Amino acid sequence: MVGYASTDGSSSLTSGVIDIVGIDRRFSSQEETEIHALHDINLKIKGGEFITLIGPSGCGKSTLLRLIAGLDQPDSGHISLDGDVIKGPSYLRGLVFQDPTLFPWLTVQKNISVGLVARKILKGNEGEVDALISMIGLEGFKNAFPHQLSGGMAQRVALARALINKPRVLLLDEPLGALDAFTRMHMQDEILSIWKSRRTTMIMVTHDVDEAIYLSDRVVVMSPRPGKIQEIIDIPMGRPRPRNHPDFFRLRSRILETLHFAESDYTDLTYNL
Amino acid sequence: MFNLDYLSISKNKDLKNVVPLVFLVAAIILHLALPNKQVFKAKSIYLTLLLLFLAAYTVILILSHRNTKIREVLTGNSPLLALFVFLFSLWDTVTLKLFLLPLPYFPAPDRVLNIFLTDWRTLGISVFHSMRLLILGYLIGASLGFVAGILLGWWKSCRYWVMPFIRIIGPVPAVTWIPIAMVVFPTSFMGSVFIIALAVWFPVTIMTFSGISSVRNSYFEVASTLGANEPFLILRVAIPAAFPSIFIGLWQATSASFISLIVAEMMGVKAGLGWYITWATSWAEYAKVYAVLIIIAIIFSNLIKLLFKLRDKVLIWQKGLIKW
Repeated sequence: MVGYASTDGSSSLTSGVIDIVGIDRRFSSQEETEIHALHDINLKIKGGEFITLIGPSGCGKSTLLRLIAGLDQPDSGHISLDGDVIKGPSYLRGLVFQDPTLFPWLTVQKNISVGLVARKILKGNEGEVDALISMIGLEGFKNAFPHQLSGGMAQRVALARALINKPRVLLLDEPLGALDAFTRMHMQDEILSIWKSRRTTMIMVTHDVDEAIYLSDRVVVMSPRPGKIQEIIDIPMGRPRPRNHPDFFRLRSRILETLHFAESDYTDLTYNL
Repeated sequence: MFNLDYLSISKNKDLKNVVPLVFLVAAIILHLALPNKQVFKAKSIYLTLLLLFLAAYTVILILSHRNTKIREVLTGNSPLLALFVFLFSLWDTVTLKLFLLPLPYFPAPDRVLNIFLTDWRTLGISVFHSMRLLILGYLIGASLGFVAGILLGWWKSCRYWVMPFIRIIGPVPAVTWIPIAMVVFPTSFMGSVFIIALAVWFPVTIMTFSGISSVRNSYFEVASTLGANEPFLILRVAIPAAFPSIFIGLWQATSASFISLIVAEMMGVKAGLGWYITWATSWAEYAKVYAVLIIIAIIFSNLIKLLFKLRDKVLIWQKGLIKW
């Protein structure tokens, strides 16, 4: 099912291709003020690509992610996965929120099994659950309940739960937003290694410019009112990416400039460090 | 004897554990020394019980010297035990010994204890009838309430059409329907089952409904991206997520069912503990009323204990539970 495209020899896959065409989404609130959440969004995402969506709050990045997940429908335009128009949620598009949203009444093991139970294919696939538990390094917490886990552990379980169905696309809505800086950097590496071993298309919403550069092939910068794509920035660095590399800094200042958080002309400033 | 400053010498646990023993001996001496002002000819079960209790407590006290676990349980409960002994002794003194309270309304403890011995057959049958009614009514009401709560919580149209009726009928105490239920149903037993089921149905419905409708939407969203269909969302997400709330409904329903049971038996059914109370009252046999009150207290508190035990099993995942 999943294979490398043979023609161009690049790493893009024939599976997990997302095509976003002319998306518009408006929300009408009760005060008759209409919120134009997304306007004319067009984006082609290659199979196995790592994309981050970045932008100030209100730019519609989470709305876009929900549309891809099938949890919301656009007012016009359409999104397709591998040629099939998305009409509702499906196990082919896994989802991880900032809040792990683990089912508190299920143990770690059972939380991860939910996808298999829901699709009635748990029997015979219990080994995959165990494999994921050891991948996230929580063998000792197999029978623990979510309230007994730390934030980082809970988010690992949420990732494993989304991966159990071998989704073609993994949608990550600020998955590391609630973690402390060090746990966060560890988790970024874990997400990268998951991505490398599974070649899943990753679409991640983040507020963190460094995270976007560290992880993604392309950074999609969005702007609000109405939410639209402002710029798409390629990250042509090989991985692992040294966070202190001059190119890393250059890309960061470019993204910050796009977001209007940095001045492009600072040559006359010196700090004598 | 009434010097209660033993609490301050709690450092000496052994001494603290001796206090109930002192109270027991005092109660026995008081019972034997004071002459009866009330006429009482039956066997003195009160004294027998006190002596048995004294013997048992002495054995436990001796064992507690060797076993630290027994000692700790004993130390935790000994002040309360002493209080119980004191209250019984007080009851005995103000009735049988000093006759400060009028008969037949305030019988001596010995009279009440004698009821258990002489009337155990009727009492046993009454317990059986009450429990059959209560369990049947509770199970029917709880199951129907559970189903109704899910329907209301999950389907908007169901909420629209049914909720107004529940809002109007629900707050009416179930026992209000007794006159009608006794006429509509072929037997008073079935009428009473209906009354108890109705009393249970309302809180279970409301709490199941509110539990289901307040489940975090993100649970459903995550589940549906994991391949869940609607039955899965209801059975495996909504119901377990709503269970803490459902349990509160089941708990409220127990007290509603107890009230309905006793009232229904007092008014309609010719059997059971409620009927026994009315029957005994009509003969002014208040000792029997007190005996039944004790039985009711023991049974009902244990039923609630059972419900909480069940809750602890099902809600093992929840933090910060209601204590019983």
